[in-house]
Amino acid sequence: MMSHRFTDKKGRPVVVVTGMGLVTPLGWGKQGNWGALVEGRSGIKPISRFPTDGLRTTIAGTVTPQNGCFSSAPGLTIEMARFAAEEALAEARMTDPSGFPGPLFLATPPAELEWPQRQALLEADVAGGLSGYKRLLAAARTGQFRSFFETFQFSSVADHLCVAFQPRGLPVSVSTACASGATAIQLAAEAIRRHETDIALAVGTDSSVQLEALIRFSLLSALSIRNDEPAAASRPFCRSRDGFVMAEGAAALVLETRRSAIERGAQILGVVRGCGEMADDYHRTRSKPDGSAIIGAMRNALADADAAPDEIDYVNAHGTSTPENDKMEYLSLQTVLGKNNLEATPVSSTKSMTGHTLSAAGAIEAVLSLMMIGAGTLLPTINYHDPDPEIPLDVVPNSARNAPVRTVLSNSFGFGGQNAALVIGAPD
Amino acid sequence: MASGREAWITGIGLVSSLGDGAVDHGLSLRRVGGNPVVECESFSPNCVHPLVAFDVASQIHSKNDLRQMGRWQQIGVYAAGLALADADVAGRKELLDRIDIVAAAGNGERDPELDMRILENRRIWDAEEDAIGPAINDALQTGLRPTLYLGELSNLLAGNIQIVHKVTGSSRTLKGEEMAGVSAVENAVRRIAAGQADIVLAGGALNAERQDLLLGYELGCNLWAHPYQPVWQRMEAGSGGVIPGSVGVFLVIEAREHALARGARGYAVVQSVASGRARRSQPGEIRDSLESLFDTLSQGLATGPLAVLSGASGVARATAEELAFLDSLDERHFAPVIRAYGSRLGHAVEAHFPLGIALAALALSQGRFFPPFDDAGDIEVESGEVGPLERVMVTGVGHWRGEGIAAVERIPAGRVG
Repeated sequence: MMSHRFTDKKGRPVVVVTGMGLVTPLGWGKQGNWGALVEGRSGIKPISRFPTDGLRTTIAGTVTPQNGCFSSAPGLTIEMARFAAEEALAEARMTDPSGFPGPLFLATPPAELEWPQRQALLEADVAGGLSGYKRLLAAARTGQFRSFFETFQFSSVADHLCVAFQPRGLPVSVSTACASGATAIQLAAEAIRRHETDIALAVGTDSSVQLEALIRFSLLSALSIRNDEPAAASRPFCRSRDGFVMAEGAAALVLETRRSAIERGAQILGVVRGCGEMADDYHRTRSKPDGSAIIGAMRNALADADAAPDEIDYVNAHGTSTPENDKMEYLSLQTVLGKNNLEATPVSSTKSMTGHTLSAAGAIEAVLSLMMIGAGTLLPTINYHDPDPEIPLDVVPNSARNAPVRTVLSNSFGFGGQNAALVIGAPD
Repeated sequence: MASGREAWITGIGLVSSLGDGAVDHGLSLRRVGGNPVVECESFSPNCVHPLVAFDVASQIHSKNDLRQMGRWQQIGVYAAGLALADADVAGRKELLDRIDIVAAAGNGERDPELDMRILENRRIWDAEEDAIGPAINDALQTGLRPTLYLGELSNLLAGNIQIVHKVTGSSRTLKGEEMAGVSAVENAVRRIAAGQADIVLAGGALNAERQDLLLGYELGCNLWAHPYQPVWQRMEAGSGGVIPGSVGVFLVIEAREHALARGARGYAVVQSVASGRARRSQPGEIRDSLESLFDTLSQGLATGPLAVLSGASGVARATAEELAFLDSLDERHFAPVIRAYGSRLGHAVEAHFPLGIALAALALSQGRFFPPFDDAGDIEVESGEVGPLERVMVTGVGHWRGEGIAAVERIPAGRVG
């Protein structure tokens, strides 16, 4: 074995992926998801978790808990993350009962009490004729609601994963909004490149389809209101796109040095070649009109990977289906890859099928990118019947396509101007 | 881990109940017998340390920007601006474009008036079971302000720092209560050591004067519900001991070479940061965790008097086990001189560990440690003096989860604070 294969051109350890796990609105587990995605199925449906009377948007890509019974957003966030991590660890053959021998990096959504919990507190028996927050605080003080505390802390999701998988050290929970999943992978890759660890677990998970989050995104006019045809609502790059569709899911990746993977005989599924990011200073929900921050994030990822623009065989777009994102992403890709290159490069948005899984999206889409590399199959952009003439892309329209893929650029752009991009390569 | 480049603190931005700016804090904390600023009526029976009045517009010029932020974001963006100015990087685009933000954040602020209107609206709660949901939908849909969501998202503290101060290298927000702050400092220092970053803006903010925040902590019965006492004297009550404190703190942490090349001087160097997570299912596990972190940290640390800025929260078990750990340091020939800074500033959760690092840097740049913050109890008074200050250990023990410690050291010929 030539030693240079263990380090990249910058002399850093090569970071490979040896295990992956996946949950999306299309199902629990990689295999079922892959079948549905290759068929071009949509996971979007009417919301049944809470009453949607009077709401502008009544559809989402919800994930049904395995026992069929939804308890709370963090509860489902934890369940999905656990499932995805278990699947990834099993594939990586990392199931030593003494625990996972590396750190955990976790992308999670904000956590806060929801109205069912506030209602329970309000209805608790407390003395003194209190009302409002005073009453909720008095109810909390009785100690009857510790389970809420242990579920709704920001460290709760990480904590549950620590109990289940016993990673090393302190878990790191990260939020860069819709780029969080990619940032978790970046944090893990950086730790490995610093020689702090040979192996790390990166997880992205999100179950944000709860009442307030839905209303808030709705008030920002960010969501599709195509309630009468849920499966056709997420339509990235179409002229008639009218917003994103909130969705839930989780993905987990075991990252390790190529040396570690080869020494322990693990199967290498792909390489995290480069990570790039750049923050935007323009607006809280919109990117700079010149696209410079998302262009910078992509260019930084290519530079980090030592990849030339023409090496990119396929782009897994952020592709949210909002009027603004898809146009900006196209223009920025044109700048980064070059007009001619871009014409020859397929760019699809798997969010057309899964919806936008928010904090989990970057991790889910990294897993899908690796699966596409493994299968030699490009997943499609579905619902593409109405191409936006201003976005002339090969979006892999409507059906999957067989094509060799060696190098993928996967984009994630978040509210708050936090942009991340990953360059993911074939195993060898 | 092989240590690489030194991580210098070249800028401190600080606002709290005690004052506005690092200088204010130095003066206030050196005042022997200085009183903490505590508000115990508005949130009775709980206390908080309310933020000092500060001129937010001096750092956030645009009214439109201000309107789009919750108060915790305003506090953090203000402190970040102070830190950038203190490090002499404010307004310097060529540097700002390369600064990486690592923010430690919880959730933002709810609209308490809307929550109250809904909670106190009997027509909602007395309705038929299946009419409650639609009534809440209606109340939220008409009551929630679109901008408020952006005030609530954790990553929008950093997002607002990008917009207001034009810091655009990269931006990451870490979460997880106290450990978010530990990880933010640790991540900044490690990236600098390894050459993955040259200059980082790290810190956090807490607005303690919020009932929704208090509720989150009281669900675990973590709050102090008696008249003010210093941190070490809250342990005996046996449970909740947190008095939250409003704080905004950001640090400019910079590679030594980078600082020298631009003529910047450091307050102190963050020599190392270590973190862990005890299971906390058995007594003693927090102490064991701290001891093993100390083993990593203390390599190369001369024995003798050791100044300790403790981030103890006052929650009984975590605080008692931290104290037991500190007491055991004499077995390793260290004599800890302990100051729990939460006694004066309150517990700033996500911002608490960066706050401890900021105070350590301040003390080191002034060459001497702080007088006791708890002058009625014996723990601080009897722990003695350190003499000329060369290093400070900062501890951060999560009230629920996680442990972190850092060693901060004097820079010879460094900046005088």
